Amino acid sequence: MKKIKCECGHVNPEGTVLCEACGKPIEGNQHIDGNIKDSLLNMRYEGSARRSQTYNRSMVDKVWNFFSSVKVGVWLIIITLVASSLGTIFPQEMYIPPGADPVTFYEDQYGLAGKIYYQLGFHNLYSSLWFMMLIALIGVSLVICSIDRVVPLHRALKKQKPKRHHTFLKRQRVFGETKANVDMDAFKSNLQKHRYKVREQDGHILAEKGRFSRWGPYVNHIGLILFLLGALLRFLPSMYIDDFVWIREGETEVVPSTGGQYYVKNEDFILENYDPEKDKRFQEALMNQDVPVASNYQTNAVIYERTNNDVVGAEPELQELSREKIVVNEPAKFGGFALYQSSFQLDEFSSMSFTLHETGDESAVLGEFTVDLTQPKMEYKLDSGAKVVIDEYFPEYYMDGNQPRSKSKFPKNPAFVFYVYPPDGGEPEVSFAGIGMNIDPTNENDYKLSLKGFDTRDVTGLAVKKDYTLPFMAVGGLIFMIGVIQGMYWNHRRIWLQPTEDGVWIAGHTNKNWYGLKRDIEKSIQNTRIEMPEDQQQLKG
Amino acid sequence: MGDLVTISSNLLYASFFFYLIATFFFGGTIREKKTGNRGKASTIGISLTIAGFVTQLGYFFTRWVASQHAPVSNLFEFTTFFGMMLVMAFIIIYFIYRLDVIGLFALPVALLIIAYASMFPREISPLVPSLKSHWLYIHVTTAAVGEAILAISFVAGLIFLIRQIDQTKKSKHTFWLEFVIYSIFSTLGFIIMTTAFGAMDYQAQFQAPVEGQVVNVEYQMPAIVGPNAGELQTDGVMQPLLDAPEWMRGQDAARKLNTLIWSFLSGLVLYGIARLILRKRVAAALQPKLKKFNPDLIDEVSYRAVSIGFPVFTLGALIFAMIWAQEAWNRFWGWDPKEVWALITWLFYAFFLHLRLSRGWHGTKSAWLAVGGFAIIMFNLIAVNLVIAGLHSYA
Ligand code: HEM
Repeated sequence: MKKIKCECGHVNPEGTVLCEACGKPIEGNQHIDGNIKDSLLNMRYEGSARRSQTYNRSMVDKVWNFFSSVKVGVWLIIITLVASSLGTIFPQEMYIPPGADPVTFYEDQYGLAGKIYYQLGFHNLYSSLWFMMLIALIGVSLVICSIDRVVPLHRALKKQKPKRHHTFLKRQRVFGETKANVDMDAFKSNLQKHRYKVREQDGHILAEKGRFSRWGPYVNHIGLILFLLGALLRFLPSMYIDDFVWIREGETEVVPSTGGQYYVKNEDFILENYDPEKDKRFQEALMNQDVPVASNYQTNAVIYERTNNDVVGAEPELQELSREKIVVNEPAKFGGFALYQSSFQLDEFSSMSFTLHETGDESAVLGEFTVDLTQPKMEYKLDSGAKVVIDEYFPEYYMDGNQPRSKSKFPKNPAFVFYVYPPDGGEPEVSFAGIGMNIDPTNENDYKLSLKGFDTRDVTGLAVKKDYTLPFMAVGGLIFMIGVIQGMYWNHRRIWLQPTEDGVWIAGHTNKNWYGLKRDIEKSIQNTRIEMPEDQQQLKG
Repeated sequence: MGDLVTISSNLLYASFFFYLIATFFFGGTIREKKTGNRGKASTIGISLTIAGFVTQLGYFFTRWVASQHAPVSNLFEFTTFFGMMLVMAFIIIYFIYRLDVIGLFALPVALLIIAYASMFPREISPLVPSLKSHWLYIHVTTAAVGEAILAISFVAGLIFLIRQIDQTKKSKHTFWLEFVIYSIFSTLGFIIMTTAFGAMDYQAQFQAPVEGQVVNVEYQMPAIVGPNAGELQTDGVMQPLLDAPEWMRGQDAARKLNTLIWSFLSGLVLYGIARLILRKRVAAALQPKLKKFNPDLIDEVSYRAVSIGFPVFTLGALIFAMIWAQEAWNRFWGWDPKEVWALITWLFYAFFLHLRLSRGWHGTKSAWLAVGGFAIIMFNLIAVNLVIAGLHSYA
């Protein structure tokens, strides 16, 4: 690597624009930061030697330079921004009504535009490969551009000396000459009063404050990278579990994805609505609405741990861990898992009771039976010797043309095709019975089945979560916040003073908020006879 | 409790008048020769602003006590809070830079926002279970503070553009600047129209098919655009001139479109009147009044507001939002439209900062970006709530 020795004696790495120690523009390198055309120096990164501005030969150089360019980074950000907005034109697939088929839903609802939207894959935009690629590219760009700058910037800030080359001062944005005998001690003590760190070398002064804020962007980028890594970790199954379980009241289910270690019992599911009579504060709002407003969804649950998990095939032995009231915003937590209240079904049928009697005479009863809808028996023998056999069971019955079918396996609208065997053992009759219907397909039946009663129960839907990536994301978020505050709420301000034959030169630089810097200078030159320097880059109005 | 609600809304009215009068005093400062040295008008202006802010805090906390939850849970409450935070952000910036002209523009924006908020149902609304979380309040309030500080950057950007853009000839700049001003007039038009027809108790009932069922659709403004295939039920009111296009299916879609058209038309009338009186572009008429302000300083205020607001916005609209979503829906991020638009806002300001820091976008370019950022925030506040409803939709 070629080194460049400055006239002040400092040896700079190849590609340096301004000498790290004295700030003298290094000949032949001024094109790099565009200092040739400008009367003011470009102070970005202190004119330090950045890899991306120095080498451009090998493939590695080219890739490095591409990703370290802020122009590229900014383009990546704007493309991601526009892409994200496209995903909000129509709902994403996860927000379309449950059960709707996306193939037809988008076209039905939104016409041709919807169809195109679907075909381009925008209905699942945020998990699409190209969207994730964009995020990944931002990540790569973040890493490379940060490394490209932070190392040389750190070097340059550490090496800087109070004694600066005179062109360095002259070509600062804030610069002034004073021809007078100035009070240096007053100046120094003023600066210290405003919390500047003052260093001196041969009568040259460097006053500096807030240098640490220069690291803000790099700290916040590290936070972002950690956050993105956390997001990447979700693809590892051991880090992230997202499952779901439906549990009927009174039942106990194994918590899925826990390897059979945990069980949960639904003791009771509770849905409460606001009552306009009781809750006067909301009366007006509630009256304006036609539908009741829910105030609470709650599952009273018991969590069990299996104690004989090691015995394969044995009946699970359960030990109660805790009793929980799981409500929205208050999940139950155990063993790294969390159960969230996330769905429910009210009044699912649990059993139906029928009476068999003679057609046309409800008092001539041949017997009663109850079908347990979760485990229906095939055959029911009645006292009179009659027998009822279930031929077909439709848990959620509907007519598909003229064919009875079931929408799901959940008993939301149960219906049966029964064979009724008379007490004398003759040929069976066919009877079709469900909620609010009883059909005799032949119209010649001697016996009739009537629904006598039914029981219902609620079903709760609990989401099962385990997420070991959260700490990553939390730390990433925290570091991002620290970095962004560090870079935004503090600025790096420097004031240089150089003795001349008949007075002093003064110059100032800040990475942002020039008004604040100028005010600082104004205050620190009080009673020193130093004249207020000029801002050489005022927007002319 | 009824009394407290009345006290609360009276306090809100009072704060509105404080801000209004304060605006006039800041207007008075324009005539003073020098900037920097605070004159009487300036002192009175900022005092009234602070008085208004304290009064509005009174509104906020009395309403909190009455409803027993933080009043940021429907569109009226949230938008009012946003207006209040805008005033707070202005007060902070005022004490850093002592620029009266910021108040002259920021307070009217806050007034418009609070008036706009009052057009929505104002009763105290019950919370559905997912909204019952402290994190929700923390998230919503912090996000509003962040957005309000960012809004100051828009105010300063607007002042910069009015002061700096060459008004001697027509250009893209003059066109878009007038467009921004016209948008402000449209907001005012919306408020005037809603209030006027509200005072007349205007009602027009339609029956229209929505998702295969005939439903009642109620208009509070004369229907320029009626619901698609709708039948007017009320006698003696205006027949719609047009039907809403068929693809607008939601029950309220046509009504919202109609309101939007009324806002744009009345905005056009107001803007037209302004042009007739001024006989030049509105910005051109304002420009001479702003000549004494240092554009560099205005530019810095605009940028400073972004650099103060960006971290607050990140914390409130992204980080706290994620914590809440994790608690309520067991996923910290769900790509629902409101979330996506918060992300877009954030990316946009990151874009702004990078351009400014690394590519030297100062002055006019930076001011336009500040205007653009505010447009995105408003889009998220209004359009996403009203049009692309997501999980967050209050209304
Ligand atoms: C969404 C992603 C990003 C966010 C939120 C972000 C955020 C930030 C913030 C807040 C700053 C400080 C700005 C200031 O102090 O005014 C910054 C600086 C910076 N960012 Fe990013 N950044 C992102 C992506 C990128 C990318 C992809 C690159 C790569 C090219 C990049 C390169 C830089 C550089 C080089 C700086 C320092 C600029 C300077 O010192 O001149 N950033 N970033």
